[in-house]
Amino acid sequence: MSPKTLYDKIWDAHVAHEADDGTCLLYIDRHLVHEVTSPQAFEGLRMTNRTVRAPDKTIAVPDHNVPTTLDRANAETMTADSRIQVEALDKNAKDFGIHYYPVSDVRQGIVHIVGPEQGWTLPGMTVVCGDSHTATHGAFGALAHGIGTSEVEHVLATQTLIQRKGKNMKVEITGKLRPGVTAKDITLSVIGETGTAGGTGYVIEYCGEAIRDLSMEGRMTVCNMAIEGGARAGLIAPDEKTFEYCMGRPHAPKGAQWEAALAWWKTLYSDDDAHWDKVVTLKGEDIAPVVTWGTSPEDVLPITAKVPSPADFKGGKVEAAQRSLDYMGLKAGIPLNEVTIDTVFIGSCTNGRIEDLRAAAEILKGKKIKDGMRAMVVPGSGLVRAQAEEEGLADIFRDAGFEWRLAGCSMCLAMNPDQLAPGERCAATSNRNFEGRQGRGGRTHLMSPAMAAAAAVTGHLTDVREMM
Amino acid sequence: MNKFTTLSGIAAPMPLINIDTDMIIPKQFLKTIKRSGLGVNLFDEMRYDDDRNEIPDFVLNKPQYREAQILVAGDNFGCGSSREHAPWAIADFGITCVIAPSYADIFYNNCFKNGILPIVLPQEQVDLLMKDAEKGANARIEVDLESQKITSSDGDVFTFDIDPFKKHCLMNGLDDIGLTMEKETSIDAFEATAAQSRPWV
Ligand code: SF4
Repeated sequence: MSPKTLYDKIWDAHVAHEADDGTCLLYIDRHLVHEVTSPQAFEGLRMTNRTVRAPDKTIAVPDHNVPTTLDRANAETMTADSRIQVEALDKNAKDFGIHYYPVSDVRQGIVHIVGPEQGWTLPGMTVVCGDSHTATHGAFGALAHGIGTSEVEHVLATQTLIQRKGKNMKVEITGKLRPGVTAKDITLSVIGETGTAGGTGYVIEYCGEAIRDLSMEGRMTVCNMAIEGGARAGLIAPDEKTFEYCMGRPHAPKGAQWEAALAWWKTLYSDDDAHWDKVVTLKGEDIAPVVTWGTSPEDVLPITAKVPSPADFKGGKVEAAQRSLDYMGLKAGIPLNEVTIDTVFIGSCTNGRIEDLRAAAEILKGKKIKDGMRAMVVPGSGLVRAQAEEEGLADIFRDAGFEWRLAGCSMCLAMNPDQLAPGERCAATSNRNFEGRQGRGGRTHLMSPAMAAAAAVTGHLTDVREMM
Repeated sequence: MNKFTTLSGIAAPMPLINIDTDMIIPKQFLKTIKRSGLGVNLFDEMRYDDDRNEIPDFVLNKPQYREAQILVAGDNFGCGSSREHAPWAIADFGITCVIAPSYADIFYNNCFKNGILPIVLPQEQVDLLMKDAEKGANARIEVDLESQKITSSDGDVFTFDIDPFKKHCLMNGLDDIGLTMEKETSIDAFEATAAQSRPWV
């Protein structure tokens, strides 16, 4: 048998039909659904008298525009159109008989956090969701794609996706990370290296010692941003850490089925002499804590660097860099750690898990946020929130001056009331620094939870290593 | 779905790279539960000021581009969020063809589900068409999907590649779901085998 990559193996195990021209029907094991990209898909099913083919494999949770304030049970905090979307999901989940975690359920949260937490996401699966950050689930060695609404409808109706196989790309992070450097710094540094289109057409497998050393939470952070590098999906081969994370989760297999699953999962790795269409290698010890300075995730630099000049770039990037600097209100040559900020947002499917909250709390312990700073922590799920309360992290955040919110996407995309005002500058642990992403005219700097916490204390972008 | 066969239209130049789907349709317009009506909000934050007045400098607000049916853009068009609202807004505005050196994957796929033809051309050819587009209403660009050719207003002809299956669906306005359902026996068979080999799924 010819050697295969992990992607090849998962792909081959899911091809339900292959046409002569190579177009495949890929069978989908898990379909995750949220309120923003699904209403038109369910409407499409109704109009054509179609049903959901595999309701047991379909899981829905509202997350994108639910309020995260403590009074959210009070319907007034939600705008009418947001409420209509959430109510549409309530109704669609009920009418079509799919698994559902409503806003009132403690398990509710960001779809990419709930899936793994509940054991829906398992190694070797194909996972899709009408959301680009579905790549997150690749941390389990699952092939996870973001899809559009027409494809959501297609998967609901047929449990398959029309796909052509992508190419294989290996991203290896060798050696150890230095203190203060996290999974977020890895994933941003990779995008800085490859650019936001560097992964287009590829499925990335992340490997190497620094990746193996990461917890499952950290691996999810890395895979989450594969899409920001243009890749169709990001993958990490499952290992003992993966199996340990999955074991005992509500929807993970038990008993003899667990043993059978485990036997297969252990075959899920890239063979030694597998073919790679592209290889990128970074040394773990070369990665520094980083922040973004512009309006694309590829606009990333170590915190010790200075704001670049458009003249540092080539081609279309010259104009894009100028536009970014104008939008961000930054001048070339200013040290990044002198950039003052107004707001700190800790949360999102990139960094809203328990480990992220622990890392931020570690920095904040016994400290206060800068006077006048607006700071919020939005846990990724109700269960993350409950655990953080149990561990005393919530008290650390509250004592430091952070708002301690309920679970949801919140200021990651600002569809709910959590938004930046024009010109307001935010240190954020989310994944996109696009123009207007966190509110019209809002300025976003992406970074790790520890770096965001450090910035909350000092009031400017800060090298977290100075506070460790 | 609307068929796409040929198009002769005005092209609007947008030389920016990395035009993301947040720019194409900002999140405040994702709260709809319909597919239609998003055209007025296409490129909303670049198109209108804080008081909702049109910004005259923005290309689609210029008189010569208000009827544009083609968009010529920079590298990595449609990156970011998977929102299909982006192609819905583009189509609702009346644009049914985009020309760029490259696209983000999900956006590229979404176009085909909505009767939009996304054409990939090498940077030099995109640059030429960009110049052409800058001439405004006098420069009509012709697109012929059948022969996979684009003709500039000066008569330059470029050919482009496209996946044959996607081309077939676009030319005939075919609904993917219907086509897949014809293969239901394959899906049934796959499910039956998988139930044995991976029963925990
Ligand atoms: S947290 Fe942000 S990136 Fe993640 S699913 Fe929600 S909106 Fe998308």
